[in-house]
Amino acid sequence: MQKFTTLRSIAAPFARDHVDTDMIIPKQFLTTVSRKGLGAGLFYDLRYDDKGAWNSSLLLDKKVYKGAAILVVGDNFGCGSSREHAPWALLDAGYRCLIGAGFADIFYNNCFKNGMLPIVLPKQQVGQLMQAAEAVAYMTVDLPQQTVSVEGTQQVFSFDIDETRKRALLEGLDDIAMTLKEEDSIRAFEERDRTQRPWLWASP
Amino acid sequence: MAKTLFDKVWDSHVVTSLGDGVDLLYIDKHLVHEVTSPQAFSGLRENGRGVRRADATLAVCDHAVPTRRQGRAHIADEQARLQVAALAQNCRDFSITHFGIDDVRQGIVHVIGPEQGLTQPGMTIVCGDSHTSTHGAFGALAFGIGTSEVEHVLSTQTLRQKRPQSMRISVNGRLAEHVTAKDMILAIIGTIGTAGGTGYVIEYSGDAVHALSMSGRMSMCNMSIEAGARAGLIAVDDATIQWLKGRPLAPSKEHWQQAVHHWQSYVSDDDAHFHKEVTLQAERIEPQVTWGTSPQDVTHVGGFVPDPKQEEDPARRQSMEQALTYMGLLPKTKIVDIAIDHVFIGSCTNGRLEDLRAASTVIKGRKVKDGLKAMVVPGSGLVKQEAEREGLDQIFKEAGFEWREAGCSMCLAMNDDRLNPRERCASTSNRNFEGRQGRFGRTHLLSPQMAAAAAVTGHITDVRELL
Ligand code: SF4
Repeated sequence: MQKFTTLRSIAAPFARDHVDTDMIIPKQFLTTVSRKGLGAGLFYDLRYDDKGAWNSSLLLDKKVYKGAAILVVGDNFGCGSSREHAPWALLDAGYRCLIGAGFADIFYNNCFKNGMLPIVLPKQQVGQLMQAAEAVAYMTVDLPQQTVSVEGTQQVFSFDIDETRKRALLEGLDDIAMTLKEEDSIRAFEERDRTQRPWLWASP
Repeated sequence: MAKTLFDKVWDSHVVTSLGDGVDLLYIDKHLVHEVTSPQAFSGLRENGRGVRRADATLAVCDHAVPTRRQGRAHIADEQARLQVAALAQNCRDFSITHFGIDDVRQGIVHVIGPEQGLTQPGMTIVCGDSHTSTHGAFGALAFGIGTSEVEHVLSTQTLRQKRPQSMRISVNGRLAEHVTAKDMILAIIGTIGTAGGTGYVIEYSGDAVHALSMSGRMSMCNMSIEAGARAGLIAVDDATIQWLKGRPLAPSKEHWQQAVHHWQSYVSDDDAHFHKEVTLQAERIEPQVTWGTSPQDVTHVGGFVPDPKQEEDPARRQSMEQALTYMGLLPKTKIVDIAIDHVFIGSCTNGRLEDLRAASTVIKGRKVKDGLKAMVVPGSGLVKQEAEREGLDQIFKEAGFEWREAGCSMCLAMNDDRLNPRERCASTSNRNFEGRQGRFGRTHLLSPQMAAAAAVTGHITDVRELL
């Protein structure tokens, strides 16, 4: 997994609340068997018309936001389906950091698995960052310091993040490799379970 | 210390604590489907890893499969065909039991788990699908995961998880006649909102909940995710145990008594602490219908489409306006004046036998309104078989419904069952998001009975007027 330490980029605004994962990546893109290439389907229904012609009125599609790696989002972003295709699509389109007042649980979790950082800040601060993004600004996300700052202003906000998640991002750790180190504990659990719930271990 | 049902399941599955509030949780059962698993299997291969417990894993294709019989032998959509084939191949390679497209046990993953008796009290169950919460109806802790976590479970049979908080939602009293579990859960979502359960596991309790059949309980737990909660669960009672008796994957005779004894402990202790409590009165709940593009945009059948102008919160006002524009509805329209083009009865929320029976009682001896398209998609091959044995298929077909093979179908429209732009559907599924049932399609969520009533009259109708 790619490490995440600091990130400096133009921040794109996406102010809508309750953006669901169907909206982030519609179902016609889910038949893929790969993690790559999903950026083409990102926000598809908001960007293309009935006939498949480009018709985007999204702010983030304005030229000035080209290359943005930070996306400031509305509340409850990523609700609905558990599809990891949603963070894959955002990542494929270049976004590595999302900033919002609240994310849906599964989506939030999925971001970390892909080296992406979803930052939760109080509504009022997200509002300020949204305004800054709409007015076009560079922002710097500093994970070791746990801060977001807006370039050319005094705005610096601190954010919370679990220690374990922070470490995993900073070091680009692979969850599975870490868990495999717990093999002894897993085996001990299984041995105990065999006697406590033998019906789950009976061969069919 | 007094524990909640959730605490009991969680605590009994902690393999070890990883620090910072994260536990390594053992996973008892892992359900796998074609859409969220291919990348997980490729991950295993790339890293030379295997599947730790193929015996605790069950796979089925449901999301992308066609539901017309002719379409199933050879899936026309090439991508979907490859995905379904990839699942079959992955299951062969890793020795995982797989219900393929021509297996009568094939169906929606959350319908077949309980149907087979795989879903049992006190278990941890996961699947790369957010509606895994359905299995919580059995007093199991069941939740949806992303594909990276699917790979993690395949490889280690565990998950690294931070403990969520507990919320109890009590529905006391008795539901009125023809008001269903679906109405109850929609009313709850209308009350707490789609982010109301974020960070929580919800336990549903109260006499109205325990009066529900297992099927009704599944409909409720199913939509926990629409309330923002990863999981919803209901304490074990006699109905839970009766359901499991004699199911193919339930414990054998030899272990049955021991298992039942174990299961019975999966109830919250009397003085257990919940971080949040919500109470509803069952008698107050009327048949529910959504009017917008989020499950929280819901009202009762006697109500009206709301007027955004009367909303004080500007963000909420804007999202209501957006929703009404998308839905092509005017403020203050009577809900029963909304005309319908399509009716969909099915999905993991309401695609079980009991749902089809309920809808058929409304349909019996009546006809689908002229010009309206209506379809029934049973939740599994076995649901379909049993419904046919009871003659339900005849009732639906005679009324003018299409009678399909099992799958997710128009719940998410990944196959060829979908709405045309701006078509309006009365649907028993769980999501009314923009484009969910087809691009620019418009969805109204409601119960199977209410969907059946709309099919007959051509507009949203209070089913109680037809019965
Ligand atoms: S029926 Fe719908 S909600 Fe249920 S698993 Fe299938 S697509 Fe998901």
